[in-house]
Amino acid sequence: MEYILLIIGAVFVNNIVLTQFLGICPFLGVSNKTTTAIGMGVAVVFVITLATTVTWLIQHYVLNVFGLEYLQTITFILVIAALVQMIEIILKKMSPSLYQALGIFLPLITTNCAVLGVAILVIQNDYDLATGVIFAAAKALGFAFALVIFAGIREQLETLELPKAMRGVPSALIVTGILALAFMGFTGLVK
Amino acid sequence: MEDTIMNQLKNFTKGLLKENPVFVLLLGMCPTLGVTTSAINGLGMGLATTFVLAMSNIVISLIKNLVPSKIRIPIFIVVIAAFVTVVQLLMEAYVPALYDSLGLFIPLIVVNCIVLGRAEAFASKNGVLSSAVDGLGMGLGFALALTVLGGVRELLGSGKIFDMTLYSPTYGMLAFVLAPGAFIVLGYLIVISKKMIK
Repeated sequence: MEYILLIIGAVFVNNIVLTQFLGICPFLGVSNKTTTAIGMGVAVVFVITLATTVTWLIQHYVLNVFGLEYLQTITFILVIAALVQMIEIILKKMSPSLYQALGIFLPLITTNCAVLGVAILVIQNDYDLATGVIFAAAKALGFAFALVIFAGIREQLETLELPKAMRGVPSALIVTGILALAFMGFTGLVK
Repeated sequence: MEDTIMNQLKNFTKGLLKENPVFVLLLGMCPTLGVTTSAINGLGMGLATTFVLAMSNIVISLIKNLVPSKIRIPIFIVVIAAFVTVVQLLMEAYVPALYDSLGLFIPLIVVNCIVLGRAEAFASKNGVLSSAVDGLGMGLGFALALTVLGGVRELLGSGKIFDMTLYSPTYGMLAFVLAPGAFIVLGYLIVISKKMIK
């Protein structure tokens, strides 16, 4: 039950894109088509869950043990960059079809601040490993969810006759704002 | 001599308006939206980023000839992360209130695309002075954009700007301080800047 509340809280109430502003760049960048949005969503869920597991282990068994907490930022970003590279290489060898589907999104993910953000959030919230990993997966799912909804809206938006200055990013931002308003309706669902 | 001064001046001012990182290049959206609940938060975040940007540009332009080009990106990231850690520790010590309200977004300066973007596009190809000036200009352009966005949101949402009350907060529209306001105000500010530049 506790985990279910955690998941609902992370996906809907504190949605990572619409209330915490993490991962805006890929959110605006790859939301033109629903199919690419789904691909990116799956890749992000995969990377965030794995990255959080690894960074949690490093924080608790290396940084805390040796009193190196101040190296957190540097260590985490290196681990994430290396991990993304490794996933890319492993996928290429092990499962070419999955690599075909996720491959182009993987390099983009290193610069997705949602990955580093969630890894640090889990440490800040003092979760144990199981809770941390579930929290991370739920946050990533929230990202994928928002991305896919938004891509659906954006496909419709393309067909509108907008003033020239409004086309592209400005109109996307304003629509995101309205979507965020809708997500505010979930506030209070979970404490 | 005059020519170089003019060039430096151009390097400096392009970041402020013509190539403003937020309004024109559309980089660094996460901190832009995340911390601008008030003008002072926006300014604080902007100045922290300016410091990281200028310092990492200086160091990267100094080491650019020593770095093998194949592994330059990881090396740049380590340099940037080092300066982010410096900023993080300094802010925690001297401005704890601002540090708390910016929270997660301070370590996230590492993944701000503007910083790595300038390192790759400018500092790795230019001299120390030009890189420092470019970092400073871009950083201040970012700070300017964040302060304006923070100011508009604070004014519409709570009737204050830089903590000076202009009208009663009862008439403020709370949504502008919350998440939706960030997206909507930034959207319109980009429209306005597009019109102005034209």
